[in-house]
This record gives sequence, C-alpha cells and structure tokens, in this order.
Amino acid sequence: MKIPSSFNRSLWVFHLNTGSCNGCEIEIVATITPRYDPERFGIRLVGSPRHADVLLVTGPVTRKMAPRARRVYEQMADPKVVMCIGTCGQSGGVFFDSYNLEGPVDQVLPVDVYVPGCPPRPEAIIFGVVKALEKLERLEAQQ
Amino acid sequence: MIETLPAILIGAVLVAVFSIIIGLLLMGFDRIVAARMQARIGPPLTQPFIDIRKLLAKENVVPENAIPWLFNLAPVIALASAITILFYLPIAGFAPVLSGGGDLILVMYLLTLPALALVAGGFASGSPYATVGAQREMVTMIAYEFPLAIVVVAIAWRLAAEGISLPFSLATIGANPVWGLVGPLGAIGLLILLVVLLIVTPAELSRVPFDTPEAETELAGGILVEYSGKNLALFSLTQGVKTVAMASLVVALFFPYRLAAIAGISGFLGAVIDLLFYILLITLVTFISVSVIRVAMARFRINQVVSVYWIYLAIAGLGGLLLVMVDQIMGVV
Ligand code: SF4
Repeated sequence: MKIPSSFNRSLWVFHLNTGSCNGCEIEIVATITPRYDPERFGIRLVGSPRHADVLLVTGPVTRKMAPRARRVYEQMADPKVVMCIGTCGQSGGVFFDSYNLEGPVDQVLPVDVYVPGCPPRPEAIIFGVVKALEKLERLEAQQ
Repeated sequence: MIETLPAILIGAVLVAVFSIIIGLLLMGFDRIVAARMQARIGPPLTQPFIDIRKLLAKENVVPENAIPWLFNLAPVIALASAITILFYLPIAGFAPVLSGGGDLILVMYLLTLPALALVAGGFASGSPYATVGAQREMVTMIAYEFPLAIVVVAIAWRLAAEGISLPFSLATIGANPVWGLVGPLGAIGLLILLVVLLIVTPAELSRVPFDTPEAETELAGGILVEYSGKNLALFSLTQGVKTVAMASLVVALFFPYRLAAIAGISGFLGAVIDLLFYILLITLVTFISVSVIRVAMARFRINQVVSVYWIYLAIAGLGGLLLVMVDQIMGVV
C-alpha cells in the first residue's frame, strides 16, 4: 500500500490499555499537555480505532485482553503502526511471572516501535513517535 | 440573478470549491486559535488539508454488520446537501446561485439534511456507539430547531411589519439590513437574537459543548465511530462546509453589509473587497461561536442540551422577539 507524505504530518493515535498499571497512561496524558503540544505536528488522540493510524499499547497483555487487542488491531484501517509503551509491554516488566499473562505485546501484535521505561518520560514517547515516522519514511523510500 | 443553466453550473462548481477550501481553512483557523487560548502553538493552518489527504489515502473499512449502500451513501449526501445550502445563501454580496428558487424556510430545512445523513450513516453502521450517537443527534436537532426558528421568524416579521414584500427571501434581507429598521429597544432585542443564533451554531455543527452525539470520550466518536478513510474524509469536508454555511447564515441575517458598496467602490476591486470582508465576517462568527465557546466550556449531557435550547434559549429568543415587536409598535404609535 502506498504511504502518502501527508501521513507523517497527521498521525492520529488510539490508546489501548492491555493490562497496564496506569503509570504509562499518566505519562501519555502528560505527553498531550500544552507543555509538549504534539498537535503542532498533527498528532491527535482519537476515540475510535477506525480513525487511528497509530496504536499505542501499554502494559503486558492479559489473557482477557489478548483477543480484544487483536480485534482492535484488525479494526484499524491500513496503513497502521503499533507502538509499545513501557517496559511491561516488552518483557512483562514487574508482572513478568504473573499467572494471567498472555505475554508481552509482541506475542500478540506486530510491534513497530518500542519505548522502554517504567513509565517512559513524555520525551521518550515523543522520541518513539519520531522513530515511527522515520520507519514510515523508510518504507516510503523503499516503494 | 443568474438565469441560464451553464451559468448556474459554473456558479455551483465555484461555490462548491470555494466553500470546501474556506471551510477547511476555517477549521484550521479554529484549531490554531483554540491552541493559542490553551497556551499551545497548535497545528499549521493547512492541517485539515493534510488530514483529508491522509484519510483519502487510507483504507475504507465497511463493517461486517453495516448496511453497505447506506453506509457509503450517507457521507456523499451529507457533503452534497451541505454545499446545496450555500447555493441559496448570498456569498459576499453576490446573488445566490439558485436565488430564484428558495428562501430562508428552505435553508432551514436544508440545514437539517447533513445532520439527517449523519443519523442515517450512524444507524447504518450497525455499531451500538453509533446508534446511541445517532439518537442523540436527533434529539439535538429537535432541540436547536426551535430557537433557530424564533430568530428567523423575528427578522422576517420585522421586515414584513415594514411593509416589505417577500420577507423570507434572502435577497430582501440582504437589501434591508434589519439594524437600520429598529429603534434602541429593538436593537437590544436583535442583539439577544444574535446571541441566540450564535449559540445555536455550535449545536448545528456538533461542536463542544453540544457535541454530545460525537462525544469522543464516552461514545468513542459516536456517529462517526465506524467511519474510516474516504468516508471519514467526506464527513470532515461536510463539517467544514457546514461551518461556512452556518457562518454565512449568521452574516446574511444580521450583517448583510458590503464594504465596497458603503465605500463606493465598484467593479472588480469592489468584488474582491467584498469577498475579503465577507471572509473576515465568517471568520469572526466562527471564532466567537465555535472557538471561544468550545475552549471555554465542557460537554453538556444530552438532557442538558435539550433544556438549554428549549428553556433558556427559547425564553431568550422569545424575549428578543417581544422586544422587537414592542419597538415596532411604539415606533408606529
Ligand atoms: S511499564 Fe511501569 S508504569 Fe508502565 S504499565 Fe508497566 S509497571 Fe506500569
């Protein structure tokens, strides 16, 4: 699928919590405050996965959330990017040996960008978005 | 008045292109102004254009349990009907494209069409969120229709009381600015009516605080929840065109002035000045009734929306109407 150049100046983000402790959510909310103002770059939080270009996943994936996470991913319109925010989503973090975990996010969804940290700072999340944009540009150049 | 068919077609295309471009620019302006009021920098003015281009390039998902033909038809109808409204409104002192055929009453009916298309699309998408959103949209429509009617009737009544024929025709309203007809008491009444109309505007456009049908946080986008790609882009365009249409209606009813005519400039230069003045006026209306209200307030619950319109604004509107009538009677006596 052709990725237009307007794509990386208008990223709409849908946030999905698959079992996070809410620490990462607080940092995501901090990222969209006036202090960082990601709307400058066209980045917007949207309420429906159908509108989204980027799926922000926080937390490890619990057994209950795994099928839902897959469904939300499938509901998004192509082209789409998945970002995994927080250590939990990469390794399970502090919940790594919990009995009700399906596993880290990449066991369930194809992750494009990882942002480590527990929770990651807003700067780190913005850096992750920049990485996602770079990846998109690389894909664009390959076409 | 434009008469021949080719002229009407050319006019229609011009108005459509003009309204889409100005509508998107107005949306960008609104986003910048809102950002500045929140001490942010905000997106560039052309952000809505970028968004539309991106949406057009994205996949267009039709949900499994949607009714595909209605789901795909609704955005087209919404955009087409929104543009049609502008065919009947005077833009920058130019006669409306279809000036012979319709008056204010028709415009009021046409204004409900994009909302009805939205409702149909919401029901057709087969999602519970969209269904709730569509029901709320209908309730909102019923709510704001009454104050809007009061404003329109008040102005037409004042013109009729002056013995002017065809008081509902937009050409008549444009030729006789209503402020010139009233005394001080009537001016206060008109001011109240203007405020009522400015508060009806955000509901007509489903913006905060009356965006209950689309409530992003509770209804995940409400009516638009299942729309993506091309269809969502069409709905965003509709939003822009509707903003132009509502602002033009406010301008046509209350500020039908032409700077060039007042300054005595005619010809091409006059037309350009008129156009710029008109764009300035609709930007001002958008600024007041969309940006300022949206930043200053939180979303109403749906029952609050109804009571705001049916009780408070209806009383205010009737009060304004009464003042205008008293003013006229006193003027005669
Ligand atoms: S990474 Fe840390 S802050 Fe984020 S969900 Fe896991 S434990 Fe919570």
